[in-house]
Amino acid sequence: MRPKEPCDRRGADRLPSALLCGAACVSAALVFSIFAFLAAFSWPVLSGGQLGSLLSWHWRPLAGEFGILPMVVGSLCLAGSAMAVAYPLALGVCCFVHGCGPAWAARPLFVSIRFMTSVPTVVYGLVSVFLLVPVIRGAFSGSGFSWLAAALVLAVLVLPTVVLIIDTQFQAVRAEVRVAAAAVGLAPSQEMRHLVLPLSRRGLAIAAVLGFGRALGDTLIPLMLAGNAPRVPGSLLDSLRTLTAHIALVVATDSHSAAYNSLFACGLILFLATLCVNLGVLSVRGRRLG
Amino acid sequence: MNGMNWMGRESAAALRTVSRMGRLAASAACIALYCSAATGAGLDAFAGKKGTLDIAGGTAHIPVMKEAAKRIMQANPEIRITVGAGGSGVGVQKVGEGLIHIGNTGRPLSDEEIAKYGLKSFAFAIDGVAAAVHPKNPVSNLTPAQVQDIFAGKITNWKTVGGADAAIHLYTRDEASGTREVFWEKLLKKGSIVEAANVVASNGAMKSAVSGDPGAIGYVSIGHIDETIKAPTLDGVAPTQDNARSGKYPIVRNLYMNTKGAPQGLTAAFIDYIMGPEGVKITADAGYLPLSR
Repeated sequence: MRPKEPCDRRGADRLPSALLCGAACVSAALVFSIFAFLAAFSWPVLSGGQLGSLLSWHWRPLAGEFGILPMVVGSLCLAGSAMAVAYPLALGVCCFVHGCGPAWAARPLFVSIRFMTSVPTVVYGLVSVFLLVPVIRGAFSGSGFSWLAAALVLAVLVLPTVVLIIDTQFQAVRAEVRVAAAAVGLAPSQEMRHLVLPLSRRGLAIAAVLGFGRALGDTLIPLMLAGNAPRVPGSLLDSLRTLTAHIALVVATDSHSAAYNSLFACGLILFLATLCVNLGVLSVRGRRLG
Repeated sequence: MNGMNWMGRESAAALRTVSRMGRLAASAACIALYCSAATGAGLDAFAGKKGTLDIAGGTAHIPVMKEAAKRIMQANPEIRITVGAGGSGVGVQKVGEGLIHIGNTGRPLSDEEIAKYGLKSFAFAIDGVAAAVHPKNPVSNLTPAQVQDIFAGKITNWKTVGGADAAIHLYTRDEASGTREVFWEKLLKKGSIVEAANVVASNGAMKSAVSGDPGAIGYVSIGHIDETIKAPTLDGVAPTQDNARSGKYPIVRNLYMNTKGAPQGLTAAFIDYIMGPEGVKITADAGYLPLSR
C-alpha cells in the first residue's frame, strides 16, 4: 500500500465514495424489498375478503377468526406504558449526570447505564420469570405473567437507549451554553432548567420516538412475561399479547394455513408502525434544519 | 497431568517416562476401547458411511434425536447430524422444501401436506399428554368434565374441584403445538379454551410456568413430567407410560419422522436405527413409548 501519486488522488477518492454510495443503495433496496415482500405476501389476505376477519377482536384460528386487533392494542399499550416508566427515568438520569447530581456519582451511574445496553434481552426475560413474576403474583392477584411485568422489564430494556440519545443531545447543547451559563452565574440546576432543557426539545422528542420504536419492536420480553393471551387487557395485571410475540408464537403453524398468512399482515403493520416512527424522527430533525 | 489421576500413581509415573511413541499407543488403545464400548449392533449400519444429516421440527422429539445423533457421531466421526427445533409446522415446511432430511411432527400430516410435498411418515413413539398442576396443589384427581370446565372458564376456583380457595391460573400452548392439538381433541373434546389463558411457547416453558405458580394448571407431554410438576389422575387413571401402553390412559399421540419421498442412504439408516433395538431403548429412556417395526 504505497501512497498514491497526487494525480491519482481524484480516482482514489472516487472509489470509497462509490463504495459508500453502493452500500447506501443496497441498504435502501433491502428496506424497500422487505416492504415489497411483506406487501406481496399479505396481499392475498388483504384483498381476498379476509380483511374484515383480520380487523376483528377475536383470534380463534380453528374457528376461522384471525382478528389481530387485540395484538395491535396490546403492542401499543405495552410500548406506551414501558415508555411512560422509562422516559421520565431516563430524563432524570441525564439531568443528574449533566450537573444536577454530584460528579462522583454521575460517572458510575452513566457507565452502569451504558453497560445495560450490552445485557442480552433474554437475560432480562429469564431473570424476571423467576424474580419479578412471583412477586407480582404474590403482591396482587393473577398469575403474574402480565402487562405490568412486561412493561416494567421493557422499561428497563429501553432505558439505556433513551438515556444515550438524550445524553448526546445534552452534551451538544451544554458545549454551547456552559460558559455563558457560568458567566451569568447560573447554578447547574438553573442551567438545566432554563437553557439545556428548552434547547434540547427536539432531541428529547427524537429520544421518545426512537425509544417507543424500540419498545414496540421487542419480541422476547412480551413473549416471556406478558402471558400472551390474545385479548385486550382489562387491567395492568391481565395477560396481553403483542404483535411481535404473536408472530413468534404462530410462525410454527402449518405454512399453508390462513393463520400463517395473516402473520404477513401483522408484519406489515409492524413495519408501517416503525416507518411512521422513523418518519416522525425525520420530520423533527427536518424542522431543526429549517 | 491432572487428568491422569484416575490412572493411579505408578502408571502415571510410568507414562511420564515412556517415549512419545508409547504415549501414542496408549491413547490409541484408549480410543479403541471406547469405540468398542460405544458400538452396538445398530451402529454397524453406519460403518463406512459419511455425510451430513439435518433434522428439525417437533420439540418433543429432540431428546431422542440428540441422543441417537450423539451415539452415531461418536461411532463414526465422518457423519455430521444436526438437530434443530421449530415445532411441527416448521418440520413439515423445511423437509417439504428440501432444506432438511428429516422433519419431525407431533401430529399426523394433513392430506394437503402429503399431497403437496410427497412426504412419507414414520411413527416411532407414542407420547401421552396430561394436565399438570403445581406439586403443592392438593388436587390429585380430576374428571375429564372438570378439566373441560376449567379450560372453558366455567370453573375458576380450585375450591370447586376440592382444592384450596384460590383462583385457577390457566396456561395453554399456541395453536401450532402438537401437544395442544391432542389435548384439545382428546381431553377437551374440541371444547373452548378461554381467551384469558396465558400462552407459552414450548413444553419446557409450560413446565417452568406451572412449577412456579401454585394456582396453575396446564398440560405437558408425559415425557416432561417430573417432581417439579404434578399430573393429577384422570378419572383415577394416572398418566403414565404404562397406562398409555395398555390403553387405559387415552390422551395419546404418535411422534413422527417425515421424509420427502422414500428415505435413502444416511436418512434411511438413521430411521432404521431409531426404529431398531438401540433406538427403541433411547426412546424409552427419554420417557416415550417406542413403536418398533
